[in-house]
Amino acid sequence: MAAGKRIVYHEIEGRDGVYYSLLGLLGLVLAGGLAAAWRMEHAGHVITGMSNQIVWGTPHVFAVFLIVAASGALNVASLSSVFGRDIYKPLARLSGVLALALLTGGLAVLVLDLGRPDRLIVAMTHYNFKSIFAWNIFLYTGFVVVVLAYLWAMMERHQAVGRFTGAAGMLAFLWRLVLTTGTGSIFGFLVARQAYDAAIMAPLFIAMSLAFGTALFLLVLAGTCAFAARPLGPALVGRLQRLLGIFVAAVMYLVAIQHLTNLYAPEHRGVEYFILAGGGIYTALFWLGQVGLGGVVPLWLAFHPAARGRLAPALAAAAAAVAGGLAQLYVIIIGGQAFPLLLFPGREVSSSFFDGAIAAYSPSAMEIMLGLAGVALSLSLVAVALRTLPVLALSLADADIDPHCRGPAKAA
Amino acid sequence: MGRLSAAIRVLVAAAALLAVSAAPGRAEEGGVTLARPPLPASGQCLEPSETMRRNHMTYLLHQRDETVRGGIRGAKYSLRACIACHAQSVAASADPAKRSVLPFCAACHDYAAVTVDCFSCHTPTTVEPLPVALGSAP
Amino acid sequence: MTGRPDERVDIERRRLLTAAGRGGVALAAGVMLMLVPPPVSVVAAAATAGASNKVRWGLLIDTGKCADGCDVCVSACRTENGWGGSGNLETDPQWIRTVTVKNPNSGSQVSVPVMCQHCAEPPCVDVCPTGASFKRADGIVLVDKHACIGCRYCMMACPYKARSFVHEAVTDQKPYAPRGQGTVEGCTFCVHRLDAGGTPACVEACGASAGGAMMFGDLNDPDSAIAREVTRLVTTRIRADLGLDPGVHYRGI
Repeated sequence: MAAGKRIVYHEIEGRDGVYYSLLGLLGLVLAGGLAAAWRMEHAGHVITGMSNQIVWGTPHVFAVFLIVAASGALNVASLSSVFGRDIYKPLARLSGVLALALLTGGLAVLVLDLGRPDRLIVAMTHYNFKSIFAWNIFLYTGFVVVVLAYLWAMMERHQAVGRFTGAAGMLAFLWRLVLTTGTGSIFGFLVARQAYDAAIMAPLFIAMSLAFGTALFLLVLAGTCAFAARPLGPALVGRLQRLLGIFVAAVMYLVAIQHLTNLYAPEHRGVEYFILAGGGIYTALFWLGQVGLGGVVPLWLAFHPAARGRLAPALAAAAAAVAGGLAQLYVIIIGGQAFPLLLFPGREVSSSFFDGAIAAYSPSAMEIMLGLAGVALSLSLVAVALRTLPVLALSLADADIDPHCRGPAKAA
Repeated sequence: MGRLSAAIRVLVAAAALLAVSAAPGRAEEGGVTLARPPLPASGQCLEPSETMRRNHMTYLLHQRDETVRGGIRGAKYSLRACIACHAQSVAASADPAKRSVLPFCAACHDYAAVTVDCFSCHTPTTVEPLPVALGSAP
Repeated sequence: MTGRPDERVDIERRRLLTAAGRGGVALAAGVMLMLVPPPVSVVAAAATAGASNKVRWGLLIDTGKCADGCDVCVSACRTENGWGGSGNLETDPQWIRTVTVKNPNSGSQVSVPVMCQHCAEPPCVDVCPTGASFKRADGIVLVDKHACIGCRYCMMACPYKARSFVHEAVTDQKPYAPRGQGTVEGCTFCVHRLDAGGTPACVEACGASAGGAMMFGDLNDPDSAIAREVTRLVTTRIRADLGLDPGVHYRGI
């Protein structure tokens, strides 16, 4: 383990005008989402684009994205505490804070979209333990507790607490693997739908969490360092960039396996044709969004020799991965519901309840506002945490984090 | 004097306060004006007013599980029975036989500022006449 | 405030006691409302015995007797349970619907009434986080709307699209079929009629004014008409391959 220099963490300061304007803007978006939730609770879900055919819509796309990314955002801290990669240690606090913030944002959207959000206390006191949803309630709230403990261990001066960082880190790492498996299993356990009901959903969601979490972490890290005028060196940028590329590659691999396996069986060809060729918006989002923006572009920007360690391509890769991730979740969640349930295989069906028909859906303003409010909540929490707690290191330049570091390894 | 003994004093004072205030007493003795909902002319409720006022939510919560999950019908604290007795005529209704229990519940619930969730799903109205005897309501 | 340490401690202590006193008063008011209620004796002499697992309710539908375009069962259910619509087909509930099933090779088509299949292994019950979606002892799969939080996971899980979400406020509910905005609902086999010894509204209406395609009864009772028919005839169930053991049997699909 490299000895390294002592890292100094400090709250971000100064530039009050910009900071409070940003918080104000985020507050506006948050208020918009709360207003949308208020309207939905009073007028009913009829004012949204969701229906009896598309039961989970745009809010769920955002919520699942945030929750999955939350788990992956903690990966940077796990790399230092669990896998012993000391060079990521200066980033560990921000990683924990971002993980908590993203999870909170995602859960807020999920709760506000419930048909009866006033019954949250019922959900917290009555559990059906055969339901992965019930397990997820414990996994999500437990994750908050575990990451708070982990952050405390990391930030506490007294060695009596600080020596538990490794154990807390390991617990957080294992917890997030179970949590993300649980999130993927929400879909994987559904026998009814052609697009789900596959064991690969759980590992796919773990790979997605790593990709989305690393991408969001890069974006937030660069943003906060730029705002606080703290140097960010190419060593860290290059490593995060390469990690992002590896995780995106893993996602692409699992997606390829999923679709190739489905294509092999005549039973699934209907849904495969729908997603890959005949699904209109879903096909476009799959190829251009998920595979293009979410796969090819980040891979190229992460591994191209000229882009290595440079901030602009790294951020472009991260932004593309985020956009591609949202497209991927839209295809999974909404595309998966748009394809009709197969009650009578091999038959043509029609009814007054849209049996046999591809379901129509367009996101409504209410849903988009609610989804964006989750993002705004997450970013607000990060902003407040950075301002009030010593989360960000004073300098992340190469020379300051590891005097022995020679920058990212050259390609063989 | 340390923080610990101060904390112990606080706890003892709080416990004493709770012990005194938890004694049941009629609200009127405290000078509180009670909401008095209009009662049907046909006489007694299933329980005395004081008991009903304090415990009706528990009876209903218990019975609803037995009805919905257990399929037990016609037991003592049926919501339909409450509505049959306590519903009052709705002045603006097209149907003169139509009665609604909302004003009855609101008489206390508005005062106590406690939301009544029942009628988002259960209809508060009935067109049946007042039952002549207890237990004869559906 | 002077700088003497014990004066500062005195002021701190005073503030602590004042705050605690206020807190105690606030607590006391709440505690009064949480008195232990008297034991509740609910089951009076007039109450029914409740559902029993000796019974398993089932439905047998002979689609050969379903006329093309007939929707008597749908109208009967709508009238009985009070789910109408506001005219928006995408968000209006449908507890039962007729599905036109056409064989693309032969061109033959049949009209199939589809509702909640009341499976013995219901996926909707498995996935419900609060246990609001449950299977009663006698096999009827219901939504306990007191516990439903409106998450719609059961709707995602049901292979038969049996459940609907209430997208708008509801008024004028039927007294024996409560339903409200923000919860999920579906066919109940007219459980309010069953518990009073009757049959579901769709079965009654079909028998009275349509083809008599529906037969309802106790699948566990070997002497019941439905049990004898299901034993005697070849019946199928929709998506039997999923292994959910639905309670609704069909002939002619």
